[in-house]
Amino acid sequence: MAADSKDTAVTDENTETAVETAPEATAAKPSKASSAPAKKLSPEALIRSFESAQQKDDLPEIYVGDTVRVGVRISEGNKERVQPYEGVVISKRHGGLNQTITVRRIFQGIGVERVFMLHSPQVASIKVERRGKVRRAKLFYLRERVGKATRVKQRFDR
Amino acid sequence: MSIGILGKKLGMSQFFDEQGRAVPVTLIEAGPCRITQLKNDDTDGYSAVQIGFGETREKLINKPAQGHLNKSGEGLLRHLREYRVDSVEGLELGGDITVGDFEAGQKVDVSGDTVGRGFAGYQKRHGFSRGPMTHGSKNHREPGSTGAGTTPGRIYPGKRMAGRYGGKKITTRGLTILKVDSEHNLLVVKGSVPGKPGALLNIRPALRVGAKPAKGGK
Repeated sequence: MAADSKDTAVTDENTETAVETAPEATAAKPSKASSAPAKKLSPEALIRSFESAQQKDDLPEIYVGDTVRVGVRISEGNKERVQPYEGVVISKRHGGLNQTITVRRIFQGIGVERVFMLHSPQVASIKVERRGKVRRAKLFYLRERVGKATRVKQRFDR
Repeated sequence: MSIGILGKKLGMSQFFDEQGRAVPVTLIEAGPCRITQLKNDDTDGYSAVQIGFGETREKLINKPAQGHLNKSGEGLLRHLREYRVDSVEGLELGGDITVGDFEAGQKVDVSGDTVGRGFAGYQKRHGFSRGPMTHGSKNHREPGSTGAGTTPGRIYPGKRMAGRYGGKKITTRGLTILKVDSEHNLLVVKGSVPGKPGALLNIRPALRVGAKPAKGGK
């Protein structure tokens, strides 16, 4: 988590410098003026700024074991609506732009798992309904359980 | 109108398109490229534009090349490439070619050197299958038979064998440009392109095989 926050701080700085140099580049037409400030950004910084531009900054902190309600954008024809999907987060994968969560729920007696890319525009909203107390990073053991055994203990300190 | 541009591969990332699908993309830092020479029917017998890309130092470039570059403006350039055009009208010596000449949705061909793999064996280079690793087998990554015996008594030319693999120029055709960022000279291209990050790439408007050469294409 600490590394994560540091990362975003660095990205912010980069976007800031980019914004500052923008008017200069447009004001001075010749190639040298426009290429010089852009050159200062390293390849890593360029990729980071490209990715951070797509990232959402209003995501709640989600932990494995939490019960979340995800608003999923669905387009039928040319109409768009948001469908809620609620379940337990059983796994988190990747970081940054590619971050995903796997949400498991029991629907009509059948276990359903959906993987959501947190930063995808198809995920309209995410709300944490309930914090869970678990001792694993992946809750795949829930797949073997039915009924009351699938409950996750609630925790109140988050 | 886009003629072509030189750029540097930055690396791969991911992009959400209008439908919200995650698309794998390659980021290319392209241009701005200086037009270093204009060729036309009178001077060279054909029409072409030569552009340069990448800064370099004086000691790394010989005097004749320096003289050639000084004709089109200040600053030494490391890479020069030429593009055939129907006419050089509207282009000017010392002018800039930037990513702004390209637009999102356009198809491009991207050329570059592939990742060098050195002296590679049969499996990596040609996709041969391997022999059994156990049960007394000593034929682990060997090629097997390379041909018949006394007749013909030689190995046919072109027989696939181990050797240098990669580091050759290839072209990835028909890639779609998803985004153009003029501020950072960025081209966002769907899919992968040859080489490692930092590799020199040549980006041209897509040429349809079998079709008449596209306008401005080579």
